[in-house]
Amino acid sequence: MVENRRFGDILSYVILTLGVLVLAFPVYLAFVASTWDAATIANGQLPIYPGGRMAENYYRVLFQGTGSSTRQPVGVMMFNSLVMALSIAIGKILISILSAYAIVYYRFPFRMAAFWIIFVTLMLPVEVRIYPTYKVVADLGLLDSYAGLSLPLIASATGTLLFRQFFMTIPDELLEASKIDGAGPYKFFVDTVLPLSMTTIAALFVIQFIYGWNQYLWPLLITTKDNMQTIVIGIKKMITTSDALTEWQLAMTTAVLALLPPVAVVIVMQRLFVRGLVETEK
Amino acid sequence: MASVTLDTVRKVYLGGVEAVKGASLSIPDGSFTVLLGPSGCGKSTLLRMIAGLETVTSGTIRIGDRVVNDIEPSERDIAMVFQNYALYPHMSVYDNMAYGLRNRGMAKDEIERRVAEASRMLAIEEFLTRKPRALSGGQRQRVAMGRAVVRDPQVFLFDEPLSNLDAKLRVQMRLEIRRLHQRLKATSVFVTHDQVEAMTLADTVVVMSKGEIQQVGSPTDVYRKPTTTFVASFIGSPAMNLMPGRVVGRGMVEIANAGTLAFDAGQFMVGEGDQVEVGVRPEDWALFTSGEGGLAFRREFVEELGATRLVHGSAGAAPIVVAIPSGANDPETRDARLVAKAQAVHLFSSATGRTLRPA
Repeated sequence: MVENRRFGDILSYVILTLGVLVLAFPVYLAFVASTWDAATIANGQLPIYPGGRMAENYYRVLFQGTGSSTRQPVGVMMFNSLVMALSIAIGKILISILSAYAIVYYRFPFRMAAFWIIFVTLMLPVEVRIYPTYKVVADLGLLDSYAGLSLPLIASATGTLLFRQFFMTIPDELLEASKIDGAGPYKFFVDTVLPLSMTTIAALFVIQFIYGWNQYLWPLLITTKDNMQTIVIGIKKMITTSDALTEWQLAMTTAVLALLPPVAVVIVMQRLFVRGLVETEK
Repeated sequence: MASVTLDTVRKVYLGGVEAVKGASLSIPDGSFTVLLGPSGCGKSTLLRMIAGLETVTSGTIRIGDRVVNDIEPSERDIAMVFQNYALYPHMSVYDNMAYGLRNRGMAKDEIERRVAEASRMLAIEEFLTRKPRALSGGQRQRVAMGRAVVRDPQVFLFDEPLSNLDAKLRVQMRLEIRRLHQRLKATSVFVTHDQVEAMTLADTVVVMSKGEIQQVGSPTDVYRKPTTTFVASFIGSPAMNLMPGRVVGRGMVEIANAGTLAFDAGQFMVGEGDQVEVGVRPEDWALFTSGEGGLAFRREFVEELGATRLVHGSAGAAPIVVAIPSGANDPETRDARLVAKAQAVHLFSSATGRTLRPA
């Protein structure tokens, strides 16, 4: 195998490069499309290199809005998406870390029953329980509100399970040492469990932020006001226009903008994120 | 400092397993007591009950004059060193030691003084800012001991603290624990399954088996005067030879198909014809090519250990190990006479396994 290593190296580089090109090319095209004017794209002659309308397109989309049915600048949509994604990610982390702590470290009646009930909700994503959930949110008067956008998506079991698995790997002796050191349940949580969970929290944050940011069906149902729409809904509305030409350059600009926050989150968190998923060091 | 007194302490786990069956023990102030026994004998459970990490099913535990059964671990004024160190991985060495003191609301300069003193004593001053993961096993164990020392507790509890270390470090840390105890003179309870640790560290050895205390005594006592066949075979390496025998006359016991051994008749309460278990330590045997008396020994194979040589064989139906110091006489013949001094012969009741020495 040694004599083939050079060839093997080249082959793997070729395959990897092809993979990157296949995945990155559509994104690049979207970026290129966001730098030309509507006419060039409508002609079907979109060049392979960026054009000169970038600043104009981005400024218009962010602060003025498109001519189509979105009726709001993308800045507002991004803010809505950001609030929704952050609420979901943070809310989910808060709820799941506390419930996992209770399930792992407290002995109370029906502890396992509680755990299994949480576990079962894994099989009930929003799409399955969409009618009852809509009814509840509507009855609570949460339509067209940030709470309505995020609360129903916060409730799910993935985070609880992830933290439970992690807490089970924390040696019992740490808890016992804490007891002897005079740390009660609250201090043990804050001083020991929380710092040890940082990487798991980061991993969950990345996953949930992207999950929240990409939501389509739920915001579509629950928001009717233009100033509450999320960026994913906005893109959809820009593309399907009934009586006017689709402003592809603006739709692509919005798509590129929609890409940025999740990418930023991944880049900032990636080291913690990877460690959180593979962490074994205790 | 304080004494620790256990009065018929029992521990029954939820499933009905009785881990400790009524242990009574008095650990004097300032002593170093080792709980020794094979795994599953209840020694760790007993220690954890003293620490307050396990509830007590019945009986009472006193530290000093205070019954501590229902007192939180942090209120018992104890410190514990764990087998896997149980250091907080995200805290520096300094914080690991200071954490318990901070929780008690101790003044900052007092904490600093205590940590500085303990780290000097344990030679871990240069690691104070490091995280535990950047330390070797021996250094981590020192930090764990430092965390115990800074508390200045009434009682130190050690739960097999040396088991995770390699053989060389274990010997070194053993000496350090001994030195630490001599310096602090704090009541210490140390759990181990390693008899060498027990013999070298202990003022008092408590041998346990199957949830019961078998014998409490000085290391010499448990070695020289084991009270049960369990203690006899557990203490000492290689284990004491045990063989069934019958008392045939004053100070004489017969091993079936092998011969007779003399024992010290003044030491044991036996009558002629009694069935007994005869115990002789491997190092108390002597081998001769010929002669009268002793047992007929059939040699099978030899383990050479350098300082001693272990000769395996049998006398009658009983398997026998003889330890011969290098340089001492070894006839190296297949058949030999096996002799032991009368003082080195132990007798136990065949029925109960208890010693036949009068209490």
